[in-house]
Amino acid sequence: MSTSTGSPRETTSNGIVNSLTTGRLPRWAPWVILGASWLVSLGIFTLMAAATASELNIVLALVVGTVLFNIAIYVIARLIEGPRQATNRLVTSLVASAFVIALLPLISLIFTVITTGLARFDLAFFSNSMRNVVGEGGGAIHAITGTLLITGMATLISVPVGILAAIYLVEYGRGRLSQAITFFVDVMTGIPSIVAGLFAYAFFSLIFSDPGIRFGFGGSIALCLLMIPVVVRSSEEMLRIVPNELREAAYALGVPKWLTILKVVIPTSIAGIATGVTLSIARVIGETAPLLIIAGFTTSVNTDLFSDRMMTLPVYVYTQYANPGVDVDVYLERAWTGALTLILIVMALNLIARLIARIFSPKLGR
Amino acid sequence: MTTAPAVRKAKVRPADRIFAASTIIAGSLILAALAAVALFLLAESIPALIADPAELPGSPESFWAYAGPLIFGTIWAAALALIFALPISLGIALFISHYAPRRIAQVLGYVIDLLAAVPSVVFGLWGIKVLAPALVPLYTWLVDNLGFLPFFTPPVSGTGRTILTVAIVLAVMILPIITAISREVFLQTPVLHEEAALALGATRWEMIQMAVLPFGRPGVISAAMLGLGRALGETMVVAMVLSPAIVITFVLTGSTNSNTIAGNIALSFPEAFGISVNTLIATGLVLFVITLVINSIARYIVSRRKAFSGAN
Repeated sequence: MSTSTGSPRETTSNGIVNSLTTGRLPRWAPWVILGASWLVSLGIFTLMAAATASELNIVLALVVGTVLFNIAIYVIARLIEGPRQATNRLVTSLVASAFVIALLPLISLIFTVITTGLARFDLAFFSNSMRNVVGEGGGAIHAITGTLLITGMATLISVPVGILAAIYLVEYGRGRLSQAITFFVDVMTGIPSIVAGLFAYAFFSLIFSDPGIRFGFGGSIALCLLMIPVVVRSSEEMLRIVPNELREAAYALGVPKWLTILKVVIPTSIAGIATGVTLSIARVIGETAPLLIIAGFTTSVNTDLFSDRMMTLPVYVYTQYANPGVDVDVYLERAWTGALTLILIVMALNLIARLIARIFSPKLGR
Repeated sequence: MTTAPAVRKAKVRPADRIFAASTIIAGSLILAALAAVALFLLAESIPALIADPAELPGSPESFWAYAGPLIFGTIWAAALALIFALPISLGIALFISHYAPRRIAQVLGYVIDLLAAVPSVVFGLWGIKVLAPALVPLYTWLVDNLGFLPFFTPPVSGTGRTILTVAIVLAVMILPIITAISREVFLQTPVLHEEAALALGATRWEMIQMAVLPFGRPGVISAAMLGLGRALGETMVVAMVLSPAIVITFVLTGSTNSNTIAGNIALSFPEAFGISVNTLIATGLVLFVITLVINSIARYIVSRRKAFSGAN
């Protein structure tokens, strides 16, 4: 609710004190107190930094200042407005601080990834592999092709299965089976990604009786397990909001059910489904653990999904960090650039998803 | 109206049959896949469960002696992450649903969802290179001043690669899902309840206490459990940030920390062979069962109410 509990005016137009709004802090009071708390805290920290000749920690000063503000607003409001309003103001500032606290890691992460990742964000990174590279140079072309192949194959499998299952749930599903599918699809969204990788490994190593099996297609299967539930849930949601009148109109014209679904229901909801699929790709393209287990890692380009180890971008970031050579910094720079590339891909996919939803969604309103 | 018209059955077309059957197959495939996960993990785990414990990695007394510290570490790290994440997520959810101006509320929601879009390996890299060094002074201070508490027993870790750092990163990672679900539940609060509370003179916080929180409690509980499920299975952050040991310890700031199941698998699997592979898969099965139980309970609570899941 955006209902305002602030006090708009303290006096009515003819200058008589309004008894309804007396005993309230003016609207600007919290901001002034916040600014004052920050100034006081910064002042104290500057003095302390000067006294001990150490560097001024601005973030810590602001944090302490915010805590100071929470105490100050509570005490002041309690004195002027009474305990109920004081609690209200305290909670308001706590809730707003919670949001800011959550932003800190996001800002710090994006800042670090961009500043350190740009060092190697060059042509060599996108054209070279790590084959025979020790120390400087090298790139991630093998990891990028691997990621595209494995995620592409996972998408090829997940999308038809996911959409058909969603159609079953919305158009056909009755009774026990559809209840079970709904429930277990929800449960599947919580499967740890590493368990999906272990499953792919257990499955293929038993089938091919090869305990050291590593190949790209196994990675695709592991990703499918993580991707299908997301596709099902989002497609189901989209199919459900197709107005029933459209289906009934088609039936009334004698169109068979399967054609109604294919020619009426799906075209109506295709934008939403495409958005969901894009978001699901964005979700699995950054998965590391399952690919580390079943696709393994390598330094050369491998374009055959069905044999040999295949590098992927998240695993590339991990191995550059985990197994550095003598010159650690060079490996770390590559890891950060890989992380930057990965974030850019994920952000691009999210943006595409929003654009699809914005541009292609049917205009249902009149 | 004496004779009812004879019921004419609709013509069954082959294409209809084929289409309906293929949707059923796709749906059942999902159930089969989940069953296959359990089955194949079990099949690959059995060798480790029946083997002579002396052959297991580190030659423990039994499989459970090997898995025990890992199970403890998994639950400990996830519980810590939940303790950090839950109050902040609830604050954000309330901020977006009841405090922020309507116009910017949706944008703020997107910003929090951005956190969910960051791949876990990037969080790991950030945790080890940025967060861990930044937290070392805090840990030193905690150990120096609160060392008498069992959580901050000296010596302090010099690198910041402790279970507390891991838990903070995990908390950041599970924030978005808890926030998203709680926000959705808070927004479903009947507007009449809220307006009635405000009309009786309640402040905004009293309105939230009286109308929003009681209504949203089941949703918040299941959101917390889904977040816990995520934290239990999170792999890369643990594998990259933690400096692990095979111990059961409650110390938050030391350099020997209990590893988690997922982190242990990621670290050991690439070099494992023979029976140790089976052992790792058996621990993976344990993790699968734990998360399955927690997720099922959460889903059960949430499905009794409105259909909402973290997948959308």
